[in-house]
Amino acid sequence: MSDRSKLIVTGKPFRFDQERDAEFERLVKRYPTRESMILPALWLTQEQEGWISAEAIAYIADRIGTFASQVFECATFYTMYNLHPMGRNHICICRTLSCWLRGKQEIVDYLKNELGLKPGEIGADGKFSLEEVECLGHCGTAPVVQVNGEFHESMDVDKLKSLLATLK
Amino acid sequence: MEVKILSAKFDIKDAHMLEVAKQHGAYSQLDKLFSMEPVAVIEEVKNSGLRGRGGAGFPAGLKWSFLPKGLNKPVYLTVNSDESEPATFKDRYILVRDPHMMIEGIIICCYAIGCHDAYIYIRGEYTSQVKALQKAIDEAYAAGYLGEKVAGHDFKLDVTVHRGAGAYICGEETALLESIEGKKGQPRSKPPFPAVEGLYGCPTIINNVQTIASLPYIIENGAAAYKQYGTEKSPGTHLFGISGHVNKPGMYELPLGLPILDVIEKVAGGVLNGKKLKAIIPGGSSTPVQTPEDAKDLTLDYESMAAHKTMFGSGGIVVLDETVDIVKLVENLAQFYHHESCGQCTPCREGLGWILKIVKKILRGDGTSADIDLLVELCDNIEMKTVCVLSAACTMPVRSYLIKFRHEFEAYVKKGASAQANVKQG
Ligand SMILES: Cc1cc2nc3c(=O)[nH]c(=O)nc-3n(C[C@H](O)[C@H](O)[C@H](O)COP(=O)(O)O)c2cc1C
Ligand code: FES
Repeated sequence: MSDRSKLIVTGKPFRFDQERDAEFERLVKRYPTRESMILPALWLTQEQEGWISAEAIAYIADRIGTFASQVFECATFYTMYNLHPMGRNHICICRTLSCWLRGKQEIVDYLKNELGLKPGEIGADGKFSLEEVECLGHCGTAPVVQVNGEFHESMDVDKLKSLLATLK
Repeated sequence: MEVKILSAKFDIKDAHMLEVAKQHGAYSQLDKLFSMEPVAVIEEVKNSGLRGRGGAGFPAGLKWSFLPKGLNKPVYLTVNSDESEPATFKDRYILVRDPHMMIEGIIICCYAIGCHDAYIYIRGEYTSQVKALQKAIDEAYAAGYLGEKVAGHDFKLDVTVHRGAGAYICGEETALLESIEGKKGQPRSKPPFPAVEGLYGCPTIINNVQTIASLPYIIENGAAAYKQYGTEKSPGTHLFGISGHVNKPGMYELPLGLPILDVIEKVAGGVLNGKKLKAIIPGGSSTPVQTPEDAKDLTLDYESMAAHKTMFGSGGIVVLDETVDIVKLVENLAQFYHHESCGQCTPCREGLGWILKIVKKILRGDGTSADIDLLVELCDNIEMKTVCVLSAACTMPVRSYLIKFRHEFEAYVKKGASAQANVKQG
């Protein structure tokens, strides 16, 4: 697993755009404590920017009225929060039980070769990043791959080839 | 063998949309519901024998009746949609294909327990699913089924979706509560149980998506109708997920109590490509393994599973054919649980890592028989010595593989020893 203890300082201020601002205000009314907005606010940030910077952590803490350390703790504990920019196409391959039984290694090996990346790496041109993840809840159509959040089921090398060709 | 109770609308085009769902009976039970006393609803659910479908199988109505009475505090419902146990993939069918069945279930449960704020905790990886769910909730608000006056009755209910972000442990009910409160997902020690002191320190019911989605049928048709399916102690139907080496993997709704070997053969099309069956994981990755011999009289219900020293779990059946290397399978599982440990308890955080290290050592050919014994000892020293049962979810199956397939571990040890002897001679 990559180092999840470091934040990147961009030197630029961060704030929610109008749409995220409105969603924050809608959601905050739903919880009796403002701390409950930490995970939702981290998601809003990631939707907006693709990842979460040191400035974003400070902004969220300030906006919620809590310690930056509590926001930091959540950002680093939950592995789906990106603490640095990812590839334009982020490819996750399920490595767990049913996908393993149904040939996930072929998928990993093909991608490694084709993209020249090991799981956990981001390509120098920023086009792809690769990650092996745990069970994605699609075990009946194993092996599965998730690209930019979208599921691709019953994968094999041929399907993967056509999929890669569609990615910009 | 298949039945269509929960999955009745799964194959109907656009049944996820409110208008279509309504044509097929969604929200038709609300007038009946509000004409009942809340205790009568709890009683009906108790009588139906519905058991929690998240893994532990605790009777749903009984859990609700543990809520303290006359307390001047809000009551919360959290619906567990974390669905992260490897080999489990049932709840998302409900979220995507018939979300209104679950929303109606939430209304039923909340009315019964006196709750006005429900939270659905959904795993972060379910990106398209969360959108589908939110859309259905928005539709339900717009049509007046949620909000200030549910279906025109004097009952307020808000339903909020809370997204996780990649932590299996947040499926554990108290870790889930911590996560909603804006903290790391580290389980709380029990007691106090959530029904007494849960979300924000208030009485809280946590139920699985499928448990909640079973409620509209029970209210519409009554407990007796539900009990027609399944066995006496394990009534009803379940969305089973069958994966691994079968010809027709997938999600199938079946009554409880069917023989597992029949289901694999007749429902899932038998072992993939006519290979021989080696073993079965009966209810998700954390349930102890069954050999074909063990499974001969194993049926898909809570009692038979317990009699076979395994568990019904989440109904995720995994079929392993003769080619599966059990030692490598244990490595795969140990890596999962080690990675997903929240890090709170030392036996789990360190112990699962040691299990993984020793299994890797055996796979490399550097292991000894004593290492196999050490693995068993480690399991004994980890299990039940932690705040939650994530560690047991690893050690229970691992121990079962060590006992039932010890010869495969020994084979690696022997192969390694003779390879090393050859190197010395050469
Ligand atoms: C490590 C761990 C992970 C769990 N994951 C889930 C899950 O993903 N979904 C779920 O419904 N229950 C899960 N559970 C069980 C919950 O703690 C809880 O028992 C369940 O949600 C209660 O609902 P039910 O009574 O309707 O089954 C998990 C338990 C443990 C110990
Ligand atoms: S094991 Fe890969 S999706 Fe479940």
